[in-house]
This record gives sequence, structure tokens and C-alpha cells, in this order.
Amino acid sequence: MANNTKGRRDFMGMALGGFTALGGIGALYAMKRTWDPLPSVKAAGFTTIDLKDAQDNVLVTEKWRGKPIFVLKQSKEMMAKTTEKTKKRLIKIGDSHYLVAVGLCTHLGCIPGYNPSDESFLCACHGGMYDATADVTKAPPPRGLDIPPFKIDGTKLVLGETGPEYEKMLADGTTLAV
Amino acid sequence: MKELKIFGIVAIFTLVLYWGVEPFAHSQMHKHVEGHGLVYDGTADVEECKADKKDSKKAFWADVKKIAALKGDAAAGEATYAMCAGCHMEGAVNMGGVTPPSLDHAGAIYDKNFLIALIKDPAIATNVDHKYPNGTMAHPMGSISTMVTTPQDIANVVAFLQAKKAGEVTPKEAFTEACGRCHANRYGKLTQLGEIPKTKSNIKTGLDIDAMKYQQKVATEQAALADYLGTLPPDLSIMIRARSEHFLHTFIENPQSSLPGTAMPRTGLNKEGMEKVFAYLEETGDPSKPLREETGPKVLLFFLIFTALAFLWKKSMWKGHH
Amino acid sequence: MAHFEKAKNLHDWMNQRLAIDTLKRVLQTEYWIPKNINFLWAMGMVLAATFGILLVSGIFLLMYYQPNVNTAFDSVNYTIMSEVGYGWLWRHVHGVGASVVFLIIYIHMFTGIYYGSYKKGRELIWLSGMLLFVLFSAEAFSGYMLPWGQMSYWAGMVITNLFSGGGLHADFLVEWIRGDYVPGQAFLNRFFMLHVLLVPLAIIGVIVLHFGTLRIPHVNNQDGEEFDFAEAAELYKAGKVKESKVIPFSPVFLSKDVLVMGVYFIFFFYLVFYHFEFAMDPVNFDPANGLKTPTHIYPEWYFLWSYEILRPFSTNVGLIAFAIAQVIFFTLPFLDRSPNVAPASRRGAFKFWFWALLVDMIVLTFMGKLPPQGIWSTVGLVAALTFMALWVALPIITSREKKL
Repeated sequence: MANNTKGRRDFMGMALGGFTALGGIGALYAMKRTWDPLPSVKAAGFTTIDLKDAQDNVLVTEKWRGKPIFVLKQSKEMMAKTTEKTKKRLIKIGDSHYLVAVGLCTHLGCIPGYNPSDESFLCACHGGMYDATADVTKAPPPRGLDIPPFKIDGTKLVLGETGPEYEKMLADGTTLAV
Repeated sequence: MKELKIFGIVAIFTLVLYWGVEPFAHSQMHKHVEGHGLVYDGTADVEECKADKKDSKKAFWADVKKIAALKGDAAAGEATYAMCAGCHMEGAVNMGGVTPPSLDHAGAIYDKNFLIALIKDPAIATNVDHKYPNGTMAHPMGSISTMVTTPQDIANVVAFLQAKKAGEVTPKEAFTEACGRCHANRYGKLTQLGEIPKTKSNIKTGLDIDAMKYQQKVATEQAALADYLGTLPPDLSIMIRARSEHFLHTFIENPQSSLPGTAMPRTGLNKEGMEKVFAYLEETGDPSKPLREETGPKVLLFFLIFTALAFLWKKSMWKGHH
Repeated sequence: MAHFEKAKNLHDWMNQRLAIDTLKRVLQTEYWIPKNINFLWAMGMVLAATFGILLVSGIFLLMYYQPNVNTAFDSVNYTIMSEVGYGWLWRHVHGVGASVVFLIIYIHMFTGIYYGSYKKGRELIWLSGMLLFVLFSAEAFSGYMLPWGQMSYWAGMVITNLFSGGGLHADFLVEWIRGDYVPGQAFLNRFFMLHVLLVPLAIIGVIVLHFGTLRIPHVNNQDGEEFDFAEAAELYKAGKVKESKVIPFSPVFLSKDVLVMGVYFIFFFYLVFYHFEFAMDPVNFDPANGLKTPTHIYPEWYFLWSYEILRPFSTNVGLIAFAIAQVIFFTLPFLDRSPNVAPASRRGAFKFWFWALLVDMIVLTFMGKLPPQGIWSTVGLVAALTFMALWVALPIITSREKKL
């Protein structure tokens, strides 16, 4: 230390150190922004699916944000088995009802398989099961398959955008935000 | 002080080194080309062309000047323009190598004298007549002289363009119309056929057939262009950083001055057209410029304060040492 | 098991296990630096800081760079420059840093030559330093390949062609280095590996060596004076800081280091934001095209003096001259036959030798950039011959040097 300053605080040193730390925070902010997902990735997060050619009880898989999306048109028999709670999971377009959900098990993310004769989903990883509206019927999944944000556009759905029907599903707890 | 003298010596040698390697060397490597202030009167053309062409070029540009003095009738010009629209339209076909560009804002971005010259003789106006040794009628637009025949007709069409095909033009539109038929800009998602359409892959095969079909159309167009021009015009995405502003400015004004013998035609951009095209080139080639100019002063201020504090710390640490 | 006692506090706990107090003394508070130095003595820390900046900016570039001949150019010039948050900042910092680091390296090198800091116990400092110069050159060259622009491709083509050995026609060696007949995917990938992993590891290792070779001889001083560090240290510790010829590295020398770094960073970031074309040559903003050589190819400025020694001669002579120029600096401690450790201004003919070498290398640098035509190629030839002559003259003039 300079001279006999054993006891004296190095104020200038601390001031410099503190100021440098501020700069460090700025640099850390820039680094955090570099790690952010790119705008082109976020922009690509919209998929349009056309429901008009869907058939009863035939599972169609689409892709949205890299994830599989189950589209299942409900037949009259399937509709008869719905309850007031499970009906809220479906999207009504005209006279038809559709299940549109993210095809990843809410337990740990495997893709459940659909059995049309049983009108149910079975996840091979740990045995979880869902009904035809993708509501959970057998543990371990904690809840039904999540429903992606969607906007109805005629017979088309735009996934990634939100509409009033989706807002309602969020509000009444039918699905969690994805 | 001794240290200041040492710093001075280091600084001088560094600056000399910089001067030699940058400004001096570049001045030796690239001959300076003078611009003409976007005045299209054939001065450069006459200066640079072969001796046997000088007289015909002088006469040509003198004629252009005469036509410029005529009063153009925009209404009459509209009728004549119908002939132009046959080729210059949405969905136009490739004509002998190039697809005719859109003229939606031609009155706004191109110079009046240039437009007159272009309609009179496209090859001479764009200064590529040396590429047509058998006569300028061979130019893809060469037959226009049979369609717009009199000086008054030309004046009318130009008046129409300036009246009805002008208005507000965005940088992207200026680029697409003046450059986009030959030059792609992939960072702006532009090909010679226009904007790249959004397509979707087939979920079962993972392949995007619509994108492939579009790519094929672009490739076919590019092959036609390359055959006609001798080489494929470069993608301009980052051209704003690949050439100096002065070079680009003078090159676009008269390509022959900077690259004698080139196939690139003069574009005839006026001041507004040039500004808008440059704005688009900066959009795709140097989009970080605004943020860079905003962040620079803040970082420099930080280090100025840092240095001041460092100086004070140094003084306190060195007290009594000298 | 060594004996450990119950720790009184955290500091004591760390001390028993890592001897941090001893480390602090040896590396900082009792690492003695002569007082008789100037700001040039801070260039080493400036280099360490710049290397750190290059490392950090490189890490963030590495998150998005794609070492594939089809996507490399756009991964840099589109993704990093316009899509990545602050990507343009890392790219500018990295490009400017790579160029400025050589300015500081040359200043650091010539400071060493001027003050005789390469002899009488300091030979290994010089040799490890020259090794760092070679490693940084390899790092710069390999890095320049990565954007895969026109200059990247043609510099890669030309420099690897050197290994054909002129008349030896060792084309197999050139192809082996490239992994292909021409610079292509194999070439790009292996130089990516060199740039990102192997050479940085080597640099870090040799920096540690460089510091190690410095510890016993201690740093030189402006008069080349040899004095008793132990005696001066005792004076300092007794409180006689004015009379002592030394200062502790930390915090006294460090405070001056940090001040020099502050000034340096103002200069550095001014270049990063406002004046970067010298470091990011326009020619490299044209994507690589193996069928079209640019009108003017030239290496980055720090290689120009070397390039100019290669150019004026016929192929084989040029290659030999070039090879000599690369290694000649290593021989400095041994070609200098004088025992004097003193600033060049006091070493008679060596003073002229020093300034002649510096000016000659600057002239070579200029000529290396200019097209090899007319008067420029003549000047270049003269400068290259002068370079050789100076090194031949060195042992002669230094053996005649009067002992100080």
C-alpha cells in the first residue's frame, strides 16, 4: 500500500471498481440479448391449418413451433360422450367440433399414440391416458393435453395467434398457456 | 515530459502506418471517378466512347434536349403508354434475357432527360450500345422506336409518367423497380422474380415442394439473365459494405466510367430515386447502423469516466512514490 | 494428511487450503516492478485485456457462426449482423480487436528491442513472446478464413500454395493441408477447429509460459540498470517508498496499468463504433467465388511487411527470403553480440539499426499493400534487401559496440 496507509480505505479504488461493475452489467445485458431467440425464429411461430377436409375420428398431425399438433374431428358418437367440462376443450366451427392440442404428454413430453377404435390416447412412456377430447383419464399426466393459442379464420386455424375462443379457454382454466 | 514524448513518437508512427496502408494505398489502387451530379446529358458518354461514335452520341443527346423542351400532354401520353404496359406489367415475361421492370413509380425515381433518351433509344440512353454491334434495335426494348415514333409522343409519355406513375415511393419499391429485375437481395427476401413467397413443408416427407418450384423458376430466370448479360448480376444484400459509397454512387450513375465494357445499363435514377435505393441497400446491408450510432457515444462516455477515475486511483496509489 | 486447525473466519479457511495470502504476496503485493519505467511497460496487460475481449466476443459469435461453405457468409453477415441481439457489436469488437492486437504486439515487440529486454537472462521471455507472435498470426489467419468472403478464399488459396515449396512442387502437401484440391468445406472446417480450439489453447499455455519466464529476471527498466531487487524491496517494505527503486505490482503498478488501459479502451471503442473499415475490408463482403480472383488481393496490414519480402523475388528465392524473415526475429538475442542492456539511444550504431529496421518494416508494409507495379515494386525490392542486410549487419555492429 502507498505510504503508511495500512488502515485507510482505498476509496478511489472502490469507486473505480464500482463504476467498472456498472459497465460489466451493461456487457452482461448485451450478452443476454445475444442469447435471445432470433426474430426469424419467433416470426416462424405461426402455422395455418385447414380443417375443412378433416374426417371424423381420423387423427391428423400438424407441426407448430417444432411440436406435433393433434387435430381430431369429433364424430357424433364421440360428442355424445363429452361432458360439459370436456366439451370446453373443443373448437366449434360450423356444426363440427375439433380437438386441436399439442401432441406432447403433459407428464414428461413423449408423444401419445391414438387408438381410434378405443377413441383414446395412450402414452407409451409411463402409461398415461387421455380421452377423445385429450382430457386426462389415467395418471401420471397432471392435466389434459395443452391447447395452443389459435385464431379462427373461416375453416382455418392460425396457430400462434390468439382469438376470443382461445382467451376463453385460458380464462376458465381449460388449458394452461403454452 | 519524457512519457509524453514517447507517446507522441508511437502515435506518429501509428498514424503514418495507417495513412500508408489505408487512404494512400486505396488512392493508388482505385482511380477516382468523378460523378456528374445526376445530370443525364451524355457528357460522360461522349468523353468515354470510341472516336467513331462521338458524333452520333452528341447528336442523340442534343435531340434529347430538344424533346425535353417540348410541352408533354399527359392525357395523350396515357394512350401511348398502353403500348408500354403490354410488356411492363404485373406477371411480365422474360424478353430475350431480362424481364421488363415495373414502371409504377418511374416518374418519381427516374430523371426526365433519361426517360426521354430511354424511350428514344434504350441502348444509347443506358450507355450499353457498344454491346450491340449490329444495331441498337437488337436491344430487348429496341423495337420501341417503332411504337413511340415522334418526339411529341415521347414528351407525352414522359409527361404521363411524371403525372400518373409517380407519388410516394418506399425504398423497397425503388430498389425493386430500378434494380430488382437483375439483382436479387436475399437479405431482403427478394429474388429477380420478386418477394420469396411463404411456403409450407409436407409434414409427411419433410420436403417443401412449393419452395422448390419457386427456386426452379428463379434459377431459370437467373440462367436467362446470365446468358444475356454474360454473367449473373451480383446479389446486392451487402453491397453497401462491399463498395464505398462514392463508388456505388458514380457506378450507378454511369457504370461504364468505373467498369468499362460492363453489361450493366445506366439506371437513370434521379436524386430521390438514388436516395431511396441507397436507403434500401442500407436497410439490408447495414441494419445495425442506427443502434450502432446510438450506442457508440454511451460506450465512449463510459470509458472517458472510467479513465478519469483510473487516473484518480493511480494518483492516490502513487502518492509519495515519486 | 497435513494438519488443519479450526478456521477463525472465511479468509483463514481459504488460507489454510489454498495459501491465498502467500499467492497474493508472490504474485501481487511483493512482486516488484522497477519504478523507472514508462507507459510502454503496460502493453503486456493491454494485450492480455485485448485477448480477453477477443475470447469473449468470439464466444458469442461462436453461438451463431456456421462453418459450412454454403451458410458461413450469411451466418455472419445476415444472422449475426442483423438478427442477433448485439451481434453486430461482437462482430465489430472481434474484427477491430484482431487488427488492433497486432498494433499493440508490434509496439510491445519494438519496446523490447529498443530497451534490450531480450538478453542477459531474458532470452526466454523474448522467445516465448515471439512464439506468441507466431501463434497470434496463425489465429488471425485461421479466423480470417471463417467469414468465407472473397478475401478469405483467395488468401487461403495463396498462403496454402506457399507450401508447395516453389520448385519442389510439393502439391501433395498443399492438398493435404487443404483436405481438398482447393479451399473448400474440408479446409473451412479444419481452420475453424484451429481457430476456435487448438490455437487458443496453445496461446493460453504460452502466455502462462511467458509470465513464468518473466518472474525470475523481473521486468526491465528504462536504463537497463541491473539492481538488487531484494534490497529495494526491503526499502519499500520499511516505508521508504520514495527512495526505493521498486513498486509492488498490486496495487501500485496495476493502477498505472489500468489508467493506460482506460486510454486504450477509448481508442479501441472509437474504432469499433466509428472507424472499422480498415479491419473489415470491403473485398471480404463479396461471397467467396473460386472462379473469380479480386482485382487486388492483399493480406491484413500486419502481414504486409512479410508479404512484401516474398513478392519481389523469383519463386524459390522469395520463399527462402520469406522463411528467413519468419524466424529471424527469434535469433535476435543470439545475433546481438553486445553485452549492453540499455536503451538503443545509448548503444551507438545500434540506435541507427533500430530506427532503420522500424522504418524499413513500415516501408515494406506500405509496399505490400500497393500493386507490384512501376516504382512501387522497385521500392519494395530495395526495402526487402535492406531488411536482409540489416540482420546480416546486426552481429557485426553489436560486436563492435563499446561496453557501457
